[in-house]
Amino acid sequence: MAFSIYDFTTTTKAIDLFLNDIMSPFWATVTELVIVGVVFLAFYALVGLYLVYAERKICGFIQCRVGPNRVGPYGFFQTIADLIKLLMKELVYIKNADKILFNVAPFIVIITSFLAISAIPFAKGLHAMDFNIGVFYIMAVSSIGVIGILLAGWSSNNKYSLIGAMRSGAQIVSYELSVGLSLITMCVLAGTMQFSEMIEGQRDLWFIFKGHVPAVIAFLVYIIAGTAETNRGPFDLPEAESELTAGFHTEYSGIKFAFFFLAEYMNMFLIACLATTVFWGGWMPLHIPGWETFNHVMDYIPPVIWFIGKTVVVIYIIMWFKWTFPRLRIDQLLTLEWKYLLPINLINVLLMAFIVLMGWSL
Amino acid sequence: MHITGAQIMFIIFSAVIIIFSILTVTSRRILRAATFLLFVLIATAGLYFMLNYQFLAAVQLALYAGGIIVLIIFSILLTSHISQKFEPISWKKSIFAALASVAGIIICLTTILNYNFKADSLAAIEIDMKIIGRSLLSYNKDGFVLPFEVISILLLAAMVASLVIAKKAKTKQQ
Repeated sequence: MAFSIYDFTTTTKAIDLFLNDIMSPFWATVTELVIVGVVFLAFYALVGLYLVYAERKICGFIQCRVGPNRVGPYGFFQTIADLIKLLMKELVYIKNADKILFNVAPFIVIITSFLAISAIPFAKGLHAMDFNIGVFYIMAVSSIGVIGILLAGWSSNNKYSLIGAMRSGAQIVSYELSVGLSLITMCVLAGTMQFSEMIEGQRDLWFIFKGHVPAVIAFLVYIIAGTAETNRGPFDLPEAESELTAGFHTEYSGIKFAFFFLAEYMNMFLIACLATTVFWGGWMPLHIPGWETFNHVMDYIPPVIWFIGKTVVVIYIIMWFKWTFPRLRIDQLLTLEWKYLLPINLINVLLMAFIVLMGWSL
Repeated sequence: MHITGAQIMFIIFSAVIIIFSILTVTSRRILRAATFLLFVLIATAGLYFMLNYQFLAAVQLALYAGGIIVLIIFSILLTSHISQKFEPISWKKSIFAALASVAGIIICLTTILNYNFKADSLAAIEIDMKIIGRSLLSYNKDGFVLPFEVISILLLAAMVASLVIAKKAKTKQQ
């Protein structure tokens, strides 16, 4: 079968055996942990940098501009240059800030997004942790990130930061409900919360087609709530430049500001990855029951390509949102969540349970 | 004595829990105390992960760290200012508090050490989500449907009550 070529479990097993051969099990485990950590950190930084580049390019095209085009071909190294600049910048020291909390806050934000990324399956075997509560784990870990934002706003000792943090916090806490409920809807269909089993369940057909009406509703709600949860436009009023300067990270400079910036983009990446895994089959190629030859042809495209392709499409849609729609007011934002998305979601969970019980899913 | 990796992790987690618990009660700035409490709760979740009970660990993170601490921080943000600091505690109070906590530690330790715990040779089992879900909603023996429903009614009542309070304040202002 074409699948076996692209199976990473053999590679990871071989590395594990090799390490266990040359050192004691304890040090082998430690080395493996270090390797996984370093790989994830490098991946995290690279994805973050290129998401920023993609955002600037797409924003440019949508506004009939060229976007960054000076550093390297098509401005390809622009964000790397930006990163070097941010690394060298002075960290501004604020006299009346709460220093401990001010310094801890960016780390809380970035560590939580890092923890959440580690549970995402990128291909068969390319999976750092495969908990049997995968979806719930990601929801639990990403719910801590808001604490970093609240602490950053408060400890800056600045009115704009505080108001920005309060808005941000209210928004994230309320939209988290919708994200969680739409994921629960898909868990009802999948019958599991473990990512590897979820993807296995999409071998014959992706969940968005399997669950038809309620799955599509859940996906729409998820993508709206996910955009709002990452504080991106059109829901970016915590960072509304015209009224609040930069919101909760007004007082941050240099690399600490870069942490917030990077975490924001990685949260968007996480939302896109989750959408890919839960709705669009993860790394599973497109299979249609009955079309055997078609399925075999699809199997020859590597799963990593499938995963990245789907994720890029979802990220593009989220960026498209940002540069198309005008920003919402705070009352419109809360009305959208509490009066529309949440009731729709609750009814949708019932509908999905009904369809699964009746066996009406495809 | 040979120390395994699991023991090292256990020592790190318990050190984090002890240090930050002490900092939580001794800090004179309220938001710092809340943040230290957050670290205590996260380290406790780490202990649950070590026990391979991922569901409880995720619940600990989602409810305590992501829920209750956020609630506490929100209320601090709304009510207190960054320059506020508690008065330093008088030495009499701190001595009595220290004595009380040492007595508590002694009582706990003697009970734990006197009880004859048997080492379980069974390997750690990963508890399936389905078992947890079924027993949460089952009304047979070992089922938890009654406490589950009682708690949900309590929460609903609390929510309605808070809405009533919020509404009243609004009409009075007008």
